[in-house]
Amino acid sequence: MRRTMLYLPGNNPNMLVRGYLFGSDGLILDLEDAVAVAEKENARILVSHFLRQGEFGDCEVTVRINGLDTEYWKDDLAAIVPHKSLQGVRVPKVEDAGMVKILDEELSHVEEKNGIPVGRTKIFCLLETAQGVWNAYDVAKASPRVAAIIPGGEDLVADLKTSRSPEGTELEWARRMMVFAARAAGVDALDTVFPRVTDDEGLRREAAFIKQLGFDGKSVIHPNQIPIIHDVFNPTEKEIESALKIVAAAKEAAARGLGAVSVDGRMVDVPVVKRAEYVLLKAGITEVE
Amino acid sequence: MAKNILGREIPEFIEGYGKPLLFGGAFARKPEGNAVGAKIRCVNNDSTDKRLPDVKAAIIASGLKSGMTVSFHHHLRNGDFVVNQVIDACAELGINNLTLFPTALFGVHKKLIEHIKSGVITKIMGSVNGPIGQLVSEGGMEVPVTLRSHGGRPRAVKAGDVHIDVAFIAAPASDKYGNICGTVGKSACGSLGYAFTDAQYADCVVVITDNIQPYPASPVSISQVHADFVVEVESIGDPAGIVSGTTRVTRDPLRLLIAKYASQLIEASPYFQDGISFQTGAGGIPLAVTAFMKEAMIKRGIKGSFGLGGITSYFVELLKEGLVEKLMDVQSFDLGAVQSIAENPKHIEISADWYANPWNNGAAVNMLDVVILGATEVDTDFNANVNTEADGALLHGTGGHQDTAAGAKLTIIAQPLLRGRIPCVTDSVYSVTTPGEVIDAIVTEYGITINPRRKDLLDACAEVKGLPLVSMEELSARAKKMSGPTDPVETEDRIIGVIEWRDGTVIDTVKQLKKK
Repeated sequence: MRRTMLYLPGNNPNMLVRGYLFGSDGLILDLEDAVAVAEKENARILVSHFLRQGEFGDCEVTVRINGLDTEYWKDDLAAIVPHKSLQGVRVPKVEDAGMVKILDEELSHVEEKNGIPVGRTKIFCLLETAQGVWNAYDVAKASPRVAAIIPGGEDLVADLKTSRSPEGTELEWARRMMVFAARAAGVDALDTVFPRVTDDEGLRREAAFIKQLGFDGKSVIHPNQIPIIHDVFNPTEKEIESALKIVAAAKEAAARGLGAVSVDGRMVDVPVVKRAEYVLLKAGITEVE
Repeated sequence: MAKNILGREIPEFIEGYGKPLLFGGAFARKPEGNAVGAKIRCVNNDSTDKRLPDVKAAIIASGLKSGMTVSFHHHLRNGDFVVNQVIDACAELGINNLTLFPTALFGVHKKLIEHIKSGVITKIMGSVNGPIGQLVSEGGMEVPVTLRSHGGRPRAVKAGDVHIDVAFIAAPASDKYGNICGTVGKSACGSLGYAFTDAQYADCVVVITDNIQPYPASPVSISQVHADFVVEVESIGDPAGIVSGTTRVTRDPLRLLIAKYASQLIEASPYFQDGISFQTGAGGIPLAVTAFMKEAMIKRGIKGSFGLGGITSYFVELLKEGLVEKLMDVQSFDLGAVQSIAENPKHIEISADWYANPWNNGAAVNMLDVVILGATEVDTDFNANVNTEADGALLHGTGGHQDTAAGAKLTIIAQPLLRGRIPCVTDSVYSVTTPGEVIDAIVTEYGITINPRRKDLLDACAEVKGLPLVSMEELSARAKKMSGPTDPVETEDRIIGVIEWRDGTVIDTVKQLKKK
C-alpha cells in the first residue's frame, strides 16, 4: 500500500528518528531538494548510517537521490543501496526510458558489488517536466524495477510555463496521464505533494480528487497530512461490509467448486473479487471468515 | 534518616520545616480533630466603608508585623502587579522576615529576589518557578520551600499547618465593603477559585482592586463577610499577562501523535461513555487530546457531564456545543473562558478547596473520570516528577497534579519520550511529586504504557485493534538507548525544598545544587 509516502529531510536526525511513528505507508529520506549543496555530503552520511541502524516500523523505505544530471547521484547510490532496509530509490526529473536504464545499470552494479540480489532496489520515477510526463508509459516500462511514477508539482508547473493554482487545473492532464500510463505499464500512480501544510480542507479535496482519478496514493511533506489522506483513501464501512460479503461468497464458491456466484443479486466474477480484496487490504483486513 | 513508603530518605527533622510526617500511601493519612479558623472579627454599622487610601495604609491597619505570613492568589498570572506592590510596601515599612504563601508565583515576580536577598521574605510556601526557583535551588534561601498541591494548600490551612496572618486578595471588581468578583473590569481574570480559602481562614483580609463598583456589587464570588479592608489602586495587573487570547490546538505533529494515542486510550477505557468527565488543562498535548476526544465523542454520540480545573475557550466550545453539560472552573485561562464564566450559569466557579482538598467532604477531583497530565520525568514505578528539572533545579509548582491523579479514575501522563536529549522515562525520578500508585498510564510518541497495576485497562486495550501498547521495560530501554548515559545531579546535603503529598506528609525532599 502506498497511500502516503512521507518526505523526511536527510539532514534532520530528529525527523529521521521519529518519521516512521506517524504511520505513513512509506518514507522518503530526502537527499535532493531538502538538502542544501553544502550539506549534501553530511546528509548522505547521516542517511546511510540511519539506513543501517534506524527504525522504520512497517514503512516502505526509499531515498530520494540527487538527479542524474548532478555529480552526486552515484555517490548517493553507493552510500544507500548496500543497506537492507532500503527498498527503493526515488529519482527526480526523469525524462525518458534511457535515464531509467542508466539508473538500472548503476543499481545492478552497486547491488552486485555488495552481494545484494540484483533487482532488489525499486525505482520511483518523478516526472517533473513536460517531456517526462509525455514519456510516462515508456519510463514505467523501462525497467522491471520501476514501482511507481509520480508527476512533479512546482517544477512541472514551471516547465509548463504556468503557475500553481488552488484548484490544480494546470496539473490535471498530467495527473490523468499518470494514471493511464501507470495502469498500462502495471506500476503504481502516486501523486505529488500538497504544499499548503495548514490547509487541511484543501488537502482533503485534492486527495479525494486524485483518488477518484485512480491514484494509489500521494507524497506528503508534513506528518499532519497523513491521517487526512488515509481517511480519504480508506474504504468506508459500507464498502468494507460489501467487500467482506463478496470475498466470503467467492471463498465459499471456490470451496464448493463453483465459478461465479451472486451476492445481493449481483454477479460476482474475478475482477469484482479482486477489487473487494483490494478494499479489504486497504482496510487492514487480511483474513475473511 | 527514615525512608517513606516510596523509599525516599527523609530526615527526622528538617531545619526550617520541622518534623516531617512520612508519606505512607496516597490515601493513608486521615485527619483528626477540628478545623482551625480565622480570628473572629466584629464590624457594626459604625463602619460602612472599608476603604483605605493605599496599600501601605492597609498593611499598617492589618497589623502585619515582621515574622508573619502573607498570602496571595495567582489568578492574575504573569500580569500580576499586586504581589510586587505589597512586598515593596512591606519593605518600605521596615517589615521583614515574612513568610510568603502564594498559590503560585510567575516570572513577573522575579522582582521578589531582591526582597529575598534583603531578608524581607525569608520563607516561601508555594511553587517557585524560573529565576526564584534557580535562586532557591542554589541555596539562596535559609529556609526550605514547601511545595503543596492546589488541594494540599487549603488542607494545610484548614488543618492548621499554615496560619495566614494577612491575605492580600487582588480583585478585578469590588465594592467599598469588599464584595468581590473576577469576571468584570479591565483586569478581569474569571474565576477567583484560589482566593477562597485565604479569604475564609486569614486573620485579616485586604482586598486590592482597580475597579470600585457601587454597593452592593454583583456578581459576587467572595462576599463582604470576609473582607477587612479595601484598597483601590490604579491597576492590579496587565491584561495581556492575565489572560491569553483564544487557546488553539497545536499543529506540532509529535504532540498531535501523542495526543491521538492518549485519546485512543481514553476511548478504549470503560470511562468513554455518556457522562464522562475530564480535565485536560491548557498545555499543547492535553488540549489536543480534548480535540481528538471531541471528534470521537461526536462520532460515537457520547455526551460528557463536566470539564474541570483550569478552563480554556476550547472547553467553552465543548460546553456551547453540548458535548459537556457543565464546566467547573477553578482558574480561567483565556479570554473565552473569562467571558463564558461571566455569562453562562453552566460555567461554575469553584474554590481550590472544592476542587481538590483531600480533607473535606469530597472534592470535585473525586468525580473525575479522566485527567491528562504532564511531567518532567516518570520512572519505571510510574512515579512522576513535576517539581524539578533534569538538572535538579526546583522549577515547577505541583499545581493540581497530585489531586487530580488521586481523584481521577484514569490518570494519563502524556509526554514526548525525549526533550532534546533528556529522557522523560528514567529508572528513578530525581524527586517524586506524585506516586505511581495513582498514575495509570504514560503516553509517548512510541505508544501507550499502562501501569501493570491496571490489568483491567490492559485487558480493555488488548481488545482494541491497532492500539500501540508498549511495556514500561521496553519504553525505558528505548529511552536509555536513545539518550545514552546521563551524569547524576550533584548536590549538597542541605534540603532546600520539601515536597508534600496533598495530605501533608512528605513525599520527597530536594537538595541544594552543588556549585558548578
